[in-house]
Amino acid sequence: MHSAHAQAAGMGGMRAAGDLVARLQMTRGMRLAQAKEYVAGKLGVTPFDLSDPVVMTDVRNEFGFGRIHSYAISQPAQANQIEAKLNISRVLDVPINCVKRFKERTTPVAGGVR
Amino acid sequence: MTIEDRVPTRMADGTFVRLTRSEIKADLVAGSEAAAKRAKVAPLTDDEIDHLLDIYASPARFTGVDVGDEVILSCDGTGMKTHATRIQDLQTYEQWMGADLLELCVGDYSLKVVRTILAYEAQYMHDAQLCTVAPLQYGVMPNLGLYSKPDGPCDNWNELLPLGRIDEARESEEEAVEMAVVDMVRLADTQHEAGADAIDWDTTGASGDPEFLAALRATAIIRKKYPDFGVQLGMAGEFVLGMHGRLEYEGVRLAGLWPKDQLLLAQKAGATMFGPVVNVNTGKTCAWNIARAIALVKPCMDVATIPVHMNAGMGVGAVPMFVHPPGDAVCRAAKSCVDILHLDGL
Repeated sequence: MHSAHAQAAGMGGMRAAGDLVARLQMTRGMRLAQAKEYVAGKLGVTPFDLSDPVVMTDVRNEFGFGRIHSYAISQPAQANQIEAKLNISRVLDVPINCVKRFKERTTPVAGGVR
Repeated sequence: MTIEDRVPTRMADGTFVRLTRSEIKADLVAGSEAAAKRAKVAPLTDDEIDHLLDIYASPARFTGVDVGDEVILSCDGTGMKTHATRIQDLQTYEQWMGADLLELCVGDYSLKVVRTILAYEAQYMHDAQLCTVAPLQYGVMPNLGLYSKPDGPCDNWNELLPLGRIDEARESEEEAVEMAVVDMVRLADTQHEAGADAIDWDTTGASGDPEFLAALRATAIIRKKYPDFGVQLGMAGEFVLGMHGRLEYEGVRLAGLWPKDQLLLAQKAGATMFGPVVNVNTGKTCAWNIARAIALVKPCMDVATIPVHMNAGMGVGAVPMFVHPPGDAVCRAAKSCVDILHLDGL
C-alpha cells in the first residue's frame, strides 16, 4: 500500500526532498505550499524541483543532507544520518530536537567530565 | 440502444465488479449526496464528479497526481518490527520506500501498553534518531477503552451504558480521561527528552468523545511545554461518537463533530498536523466511497491553518478494507484526494 501511495502521490522522501518538507510541516505546522516555498528558498531551487530525485540528489550532496544508499555509487565521505541532520538544521534554519540533544551530549561540560 | 463498455472497478471490500461509466458516475453522485445529507456539507460540484469519473472509470492499472503536485506521506507504523528490527524497518522505509517521515511505535500501539515501557521506548527513539535522516515521530493510539475493566482500573462504561447507569458510565469515562492525559504527557516528556521530532495520536476518538477530549487536552499541554515539538492528531472516524455526550473542549461539545470542526479544535489545542478519517462502507464501490470521503473532508481545507493529511490506509479514505489493499485502488484514492482537496499530505 505504501508503495502505491509513494508512486502515486508522494514526494519521495530522501530520494528527493520529501523529508525536508515534512520536517517543516511536522514541527512548524506549515501547510504544503508554504513548506515547499520555504525549503526551495533555502536551497535555491524551485518548489517543482523538490520532488525530482535527479535534481535533489545533487542538491543533497552539495548541502550534506544525506542520500539513498547505493552499492553502485558509495558515498562514504558524505554526511549521513545524524551528521546530515546537523546540516539540515543549519541550512533550513529549523530546530531539530535530536540535533540539539546530540550537541548537548557531545559538548564538554565545565570540569571536562560529563 | 447504446451498449456501454464495462470497466473493472473495486468494491470497498476489495473485490472487483464490472460497471459502466454511467454506473460509476451514479455511484459518485450517490456517495457525494450521502455525505451532504448526513453531515450537512455541500455535495461535490459537477466538475469534481467528472474528474473523479475520469479517474475511476479508467481501465488503467495505475494513476497518479500531476508531476509537481506531490504531497507529504505521513507514514505511520513504519517502525514496528514488521520484517526486521524496528530501526531496520525505519531505515528500509527511509532508504527504499521513499517515506517522507517515519514513525516508531510498538505493535500493540495502545497508550496504556506503552506507558509501562516508556524508558525502553525512549532509549529506542534515541538510538533510532542517530541513524536516520527523515523526521521521526513516536506513534500511539490513545485507545481509551483499555482504561476500563477488565483491562484497566475504571468501571466499564460499555457495560454500564446498556444497564442505564448513565451517570456512573460518565464518571468512569471522565476518570479515564484524566489518566490518559497524564500518560500522554508523560509519554511526550520521555520522547522529547530522547530526541523525537513529534508525537502522533493515531485513531483518536475510537472510544468516542472522552478519547478525543483526552487527546486535545494532552496536545494543549505538550504545545505549552515544548513549542517546537510536533503533534500529529489523526482521527478514528468521520464522526465523534457521543459515548459520554456532554464533554466539551473550549466550549464546544465534542459528540457529533464532523471533520471540519474536529480540525478547528485540533488547531486550537496546538496540533501541528491533522488527519481526518472517513471510514469505508464495504458494501459500496470505491467510487461511492471516494465521493463521500472527499465531500466530508472538503470543508476542512478552507479553514485549515495546519497541514491536513487525510487518512488513506486500509479501510479509510476509499482504500479497500483488505489487508493488502490493491494498488489500483490505492493510487486512485490518493490522486482523487490530492487533486480535489489540494491536501497537504496523506
